[in-house]
Amino acid sequence: MTVGAQVGPDLLPYDEAVAQFDPVIGLEVHVELGTVSKMFCGCATEFGAAPNSQVCPTCLGLPGSLPVLNRTAVESTIRVGLALGCDIAEWCRFARKNYFYPDMPKNFQTSQYDEPICLDGHLDVEVPTADGMRPVRVEIERVHMEEDTGKSLHVGGATGRIHGADYSLVDYNRAGIPLIEIVTRPVEGVGSLAPEVARVYVTALRELMRTLGVSDVRMEQGSLRCDANVSLRRLPTDPLGTRSETKNVNSLRSVERAVRYEITRQAALLSSGGRVVQETRHWHEDTGVTTPGRSKEQAEDYRYFPEPDLVPVAPDRAWVEELRAGLPAAPGTRRRELQETWGLSEFEMQSLVNAGAVELVEATVAAGAPQEAARKWWTGELSRNANAQGVDLTALPMTPEQVARVVALVDEGTLNDKLARQVIEGVLAGEGDPDEVVAKRGLAVVSDDGALIAAVDEALAAAPDVAEKIRGGKEAAAGAIVGAVMKATRGQADAGRVRELVLERCT
Amino acid sequence: MSDTDLTRLTAARTAAVIAAGEASALDVTEAHLKRIRAVDGDVHAFLHVDADGARDAARRLDARRSAGEEMGPLAGVPIALKDLIATEGVPTTCGSRMLEGWLPPYDATVTRRLREAGLVILGKTNMDEFAMGSSTEHSAYGPTHNPWDLERIPGGSGGGSAAAVASFETPLAVGTDTGGSIRQPAAVTGTVGVKPTYGGVSRYGLVALASSLDQAGPCARTVLDAAMLHAVMAGHDPLDSTSIDAPVPAVVEAARAADVRGMRVGVVKQFSGEGYQSGVEQRFREAVSLLEELGATVVEVDCPAFDYAMPAYYLILPSECSSNLARFDGMRYGLRVGHDAAASAEEVMASTRDAGFGPEAKRRIMLGTYALSSGYYDAYYGQAQKVRTLIVRDFQAAFEQVDVLVSPTTPTTAFRLGERLEDPLQMYLADLCTIPSNLAGNASMSVPVGLAPEDGLPVGLQVIAPPTADERLYRVGAALEAALGDRWGHLLIDEAPELSLNTTEAAL
Ligand SMILES: [Zn+2]
Repeated sequence: MTVGAQVGPDLLPYDEAVAQFDPVIGLEVHVELGTVSKMFCGCATEFGAAPNSQVCPTCLGLPGSLPVLNRTAVESTIRVGLALGCDIAEWCRFARKNYFYPDMPKNFQTSQYDEPICLDGHLDVEVPTADGMRPVRVEIERVHMEEDTGKSLHVGGATGRIHGADYSLVDYNRAGIPLIEIVTRPVEGVGSLAPEVARVYVTALRELMRTLGVSDVRMEQGSLRCDANVSLRRLPTDPLGTRSETKNVNSLRSVERAVRYEITRQAALLSSGGRVVQETRHWHEDTGVTTPGRSKEQAEDYRYFPEPDLVPVAPDRAWVEELRAGLPAAPGTRRRELQETWGLSEFEMQSLVNAGAVELVEATVAAGAPQEAARKWWTGELSRNANAQGVDLTALPMTPEQVARVVALVDEGTLNDKLARQVIEGVLAGEGDPDEVVAKRGLAVVSDDGALIAAVDEALAAAPDVAEKIRGGKEAAAGAIVGAVMKATRGQADAGRVRELVLERCT
Repeated sequence: MSDTDLTRLTAARTAAVIAAGEASALDVTEAHLKRIRAVDGDVHAFLHVDADGARDAARRLDARRSAGEEMGPLAGVPIALKDLIATEGVPTTCGSRMLEGWLPPYDATVTRRLREAGLVILGKTNMDEFAMGSSTEHSAYGPTHNPWDLERIPGGSGGGSAAAVASFETPLAVGTDTGGSIRQPAAVTGTVGVKPTYGGVSRYGLVALASSLDQAGPCARTVLDAAMLHAVMAGHDPLDSTSIDAPVPAVVEAARAADVRGMRVGVVKQFSGEGYQSGVEQRFREAVSLLEELGATVVEVDCPAFDYAMPAYYLILPSECSSNLARFDGMRYGLRVGHDAAASAEEVMASTRDAGFGPEAKRRIMLGTYALSSGYYDAYYGQAQKVRTLIVRDFQAAFEQVDVLVSPTTPTTAFRLGERLEDPLQMYLADLCTIPSNLAGNASMSVPVGLAPEDGLPVGLQVIAPPTADERLYRVGAALEAALGDRWGHLLIDEAPELSLNTTEAAL
């Protein structure tokens, strides 16, 4: 579905929207840290465990329980802050954010409020434009720590939402998983590039988290979640307009689409003399639209106050410097290294980055595949699959090792490209490893000349007129016979060899 | 030794009697269970008596002792716990309908330490709902009665623990003190109550009222008993981030030393005059003179910010409490009201909280919710925190001049049940002298210093020490107790009237 498809009375076409208005965006990204235990207790954090199997008095908020801060979570947050060029607070605190919701065991979230641990950083990104790559510096206002909530499952009713549900189940496994929230300052001056900037920024942030090894940043599992703020103003010199905050934007593609959608929606409102309401909005992946949530007037008063059950966090300066010294090379640096090693053009490298495939290709190469083949499969067949499902590449159930195995099977002649695609299809369908799929589906290039000769003879006999033409010297007519043989062998023959055999049999 | 004799012993003596084989832990436990059966119908100190659990624990201790195992200094001694201390599988209601029937799946650190030290947990004691009150009348399960006069309050919120100790139902109890909930009940029941330094005793498993003020501590009939219990309860706990990571002050040694020679004692100027009962002031002055006779030097100390302690406290406490009590919503445990197919989660939460909380809890939740609201935070919570800082500074300045501060524990003796129930401000005044220590995190004790001549009811003297100097409380408290004991020939508690024994109560 394209955005253009939704342009209607409530939306202004994108080009018109950005011709009339200057968009300003802001992004709040939540990242689940990949710590072994939760933020304030010793419970495990494994994804997909049986409901309520990773809980204890503290993360269930039982009366009398108390939090104890996870040092690894603090360490990861400081490393993220340092990698983003932030200042690390000498002293900061947690606060309680008070509101009632069944998936929040204490009816307050322990978070950081006016005293975040990391302040004032930036992330430099490069945005593809018609005139090449444009560098954009995204200013980071803060990075802070907080705990995740549980997850509600609304059973019955039509929509899977709380309203209309027959009853709700709550899984507290996620409650207390450490989160960091990375908040940008308003990103100004990028004009019509705003949606791309949003996507490139989140992509770069995700890459950074992976490079630092602090999170597996799987958007489809919710370990990276993005809220996108969008506002419009007539002129870049005008004060900031009223913004909407779109929640629940959980794929790289959606980030771009949601920002684009909001620009067209707000532009339509403003150009028809309307007013943008300050509100949260919900992004709908399926329909590609945002719908209103809470308005500012209905907004909760969270009654923040310093968390009295925790002591202030005062990271030792020597520790901070030690963490700084241990930071890996920034993804940008690493990318340039790879580009050089692999001898890629700027365009080729950028396609990899845009596809979110850099680490995957790197891992596939590490597993033994040549970079050309690794890039071909990740940006080709696999990207097509991911797009069709509306998920990121990392969400596909196929590992770099498996891709490397497919490449090896092609190299050794067991598979041709067509069969390789079928093997990939089988792996994605959960039929097992590439070798298992080859065995189960009986996929392998037929290299036995005897079997092929029989198939060729059969095809020639079935089309005597074509056979006559070939015999008469019209080699181009051989294609039809090759096609028939390939069909008969369900693609499992080497087409080049079949052609040779056809010509041989007709002389 | 007769059952009565066993209930009259101090905790220290009880442990010695058991160690010497003069009585088993089970004998001691049975004697106290019998006493509870006989008097608790009138006193109502207990919300839950865990007779079977106590007997099992006592039997196991006796078996270990027979096997020659080395036991701790309080092994076999019975104890009662305020009903906000989590006890695995044993009801913990916090004096509220909200938690009626809730069985905690875990032990508080304090509970675990007591069990490990071989104390025998008799049951859970009555309290004002979620520890909000100074009379135990805000318990959802009916008030506790003062053993000195059953028509009077036993103090609060820990009136149950103090009354259980004062009525010889148990030699020891654990209380918690957020603004005086251990010390004020101790004062009005003629017992000893200690609020250790904030962070001295783990709060893990103590249902929180106000996290930055709450502190658990010992209730006992003698200063030494309190010290021995203090030593068992206290110490660093990795499960409580605010727990102090340092050795426990040498409280038992200090209680045995009972020596105030050379100590500098400051009398807080702010805690006298209007509102103070004459008999309370009289006994307090006599006790201060006694300290001088015992070799202490006494000076008056001015702590002007203490005048603002009460208003600051009634902003900070409700603020924290409004957040701490938010979890009681009927979703996961405890009471659930209005749950039917048509009700939304929010409606069930609202109905549950409306039905489950009593009036004082609601009052403070509303006060706190208001004080933390956007636009009011700075004027209320923010200002209160500034006052708190001023109080800390007053204490710091005072402790540069003196080793301990003293005051009456509470301005009056036990008032009558119902007398202040409809007047929250009058009720709050009972904690006037005790609140500053909670705001500053100091260690404080109430020790009995006599009966007010006009009503014959106990008067307590408060000793306040700087944070982590808890041992000073015990030096002063034990010295006073010894000198007064010499003068009277017995402990003050021995003057308490005999309670009528109900021997027809069904066996527990
Ligand atoms: Zn947990």
